[in-house]
Amino acid sequence: MKKDTIILGIETSCDETAVAVVRNGREILANVVSSQIESHKRFGGVVPEIASRHHVEQITYVLEEAFNQSNTTWEKIDGIAVTEGPGLVGALLVGVNAAKALAFAKQKPLVGVHHIAGHIYANRLEKEFEFPLLALIVSGGHTELVLMQEHGEYELIGETRDDAAGEAYDKVARMLNLPYPGGPQIDRLAELGQETITFPRAWLEQDSYDFSFSGLKSSVINTIHNAKQRGEELKKEDIAASFQASVIDVLTTKTVRAAKDFNVKQVIVAGGVAANKGLRNALETSFAELNIPLLIPPFKLCTDNAAMIAAAGTIAFEQGKRSELSLNARASLPLK
Amino acid sequence: MNILAIDTSNQVLGVAIQQQGHITGEIVTNVSKNHSVRLMPAIEKLMKEVSLKPEALDQIIVAKGPGSYTGVRIGLSTAKSMAWALNIPIIGISSLEVLAYQGRFFNGLICPFFDARRGLVYSSCFKWEDNNMVMIEPEANMLMDEFLDKLKSYQHPVLFLSPDISVHQERIQEKLGNLAVIPDATFQLPRASHLIMAAKERSVDETHTLTPNYLRLAEAEAKWLEHQKRVNNE
Ligand SMILES: [Zn+2]
Repeated sequence: MKKDTIILGIETSCDETAVAVVRNGREILANVVSSQIESHKRFGGVVPEIASRHHVEQITYVLEEAFNQSNTTWEKIDGIAVTEGPGLVGALLVGVNAAKALAFAKQKPLVGVHHIAGHIYANRLEKEFEFPLLALIVSGGHTELVLMQEHGEYELIGETRDDAAGEAYDKVARMLNLPYPGGPQIDRLAELGQETITFPRAWLEQDSYDFSFSGLKSSVINTIHNAKQRGEELKKEDIAASFQASVIDVLTTKTVRAAKDFNVKQVIVAGGVAANKGLRNALETSFAELNIPLLIPPFKLCTDNAAMIAAAGTIAFEQGKRSELSLNARASLPLK
Repeated sequence: MNILAIDTSNQVLGVAIQQQGHITGEIVTNVSKNHSVRLMPAIEKLMKEVSLKPEALDQIIVAKGPGSYTGVRIGLSTAKSMAWALNIPIIGISSLEVLAYQGRFFNGLICPFFDARRGLVYSSCFKWEDNNMVMIEPEANMLMDEFLDKLKSYQHPVLFLSPDISVHQERIQEKLGNLAVIPDATFQLPRASHLIMAAKERSVDETHTLTPNYLRLAEAEAKWLEHQKRVNNE
């Protein structure tokens, strides 16, 4: 019988201080997330310096909680996986340096993990992967299509050329005076509204899997602005529904096309925006028709967490990848 | 007792080890390079040099600022995580106090400071009294000019210690004249081994709650508070 692989995961790339323990890349033994959302609310977004300050205050508490929940001892831990990037550099640094200190203190192998690889592998905590596999990653900082032919191999086939989808959500939410974080608010309003305005869809070149949301964002802003000048009151619900319809249309259409083009066996959705109901429904309908299995993790695995980092780290670890004690945090890190 | 001391709070990266009462190793570099990349390899190298295994450590001492926000966090994340994993006590020492130890034999005011840009410094003032480094001016983030005025009022010789001495040397001499003592460059850098001396009589910190000594609010927070004040006054 093959021995279990138990990996400790650490994630501090944005405003969640997270530590998890995962067995064999698939089974969560502990998944602790200390969210700072309340601290950043009054600023209307994540303030990097404040996020970094919180991480350094939280890190050992969260580590201890993860150990307590998992009933793990250091003897059972085979390696430490940490988010190396991309993300806020000051925030990443706390996790990276904590991970290196633990790796040295306990003489454990260390592996740096790409945050997006983590989001993808969140799905493996629910269901085993089948290749080729297509992953759509949508979050505040990302809108990407990644093709995987096997474990640990990532080919970026499409990405946003300007704003991330989640960024557009946040900006539109601010225009509509919705509380932070705006994404879930728009999703909620969209359910109540109708697509009364046809906002533009950026298809880009015919064969491109890239995205662009800045045009859409400007169009929404202009529409709201013009209506105000004419003294008209647009229904917030309808703006939300119309905006969301455009985002979902582009995301779904491109994901479907890529899934067909590459003949994938699975489609995975990852990142914070994967929690969006409208997007979930549209993707579920499209892929049910195509008979391609669609994987969307439960909410707590969609948002940033460390179980996903441990899961992705397990693969890297099993493939023999190791990081040195000189590992650094990298604000922008290519996925490969 | 084996003690590891870490200081990455400013440009100097310092690591020191004490074994059974003797300083057995120390690394001090003063280059503008990334602490995050260099700290753990430096610790690993020094521990190897002195044949010390991580599990043989009994205590960790860390410089907790003031200084570079990022630098301080690198030191604290590392020190706290190590102390927690090894289940050993940790002590945080002010980065200014560590530097003050370079003036340990000076009979007068000992004033360490770090440049904080725009005419500001992180500073404090100490006196060596009854075998103790006694703080006589609270640590603060203040204008160098105001700090110098305050020091002048003591009418006592003042020893200035700072890796950023060259930025302020002229102003110091202008304001304090003969009262200002500026030692050679070797005394201007903090030494990690002094962390161990400074921590000698200190009670241990709680690993979880040990936090950086920023001496300054995050900019967004300061602005927000100012805004609240304005709104409340209206
Ligand atoms: Zn994320």
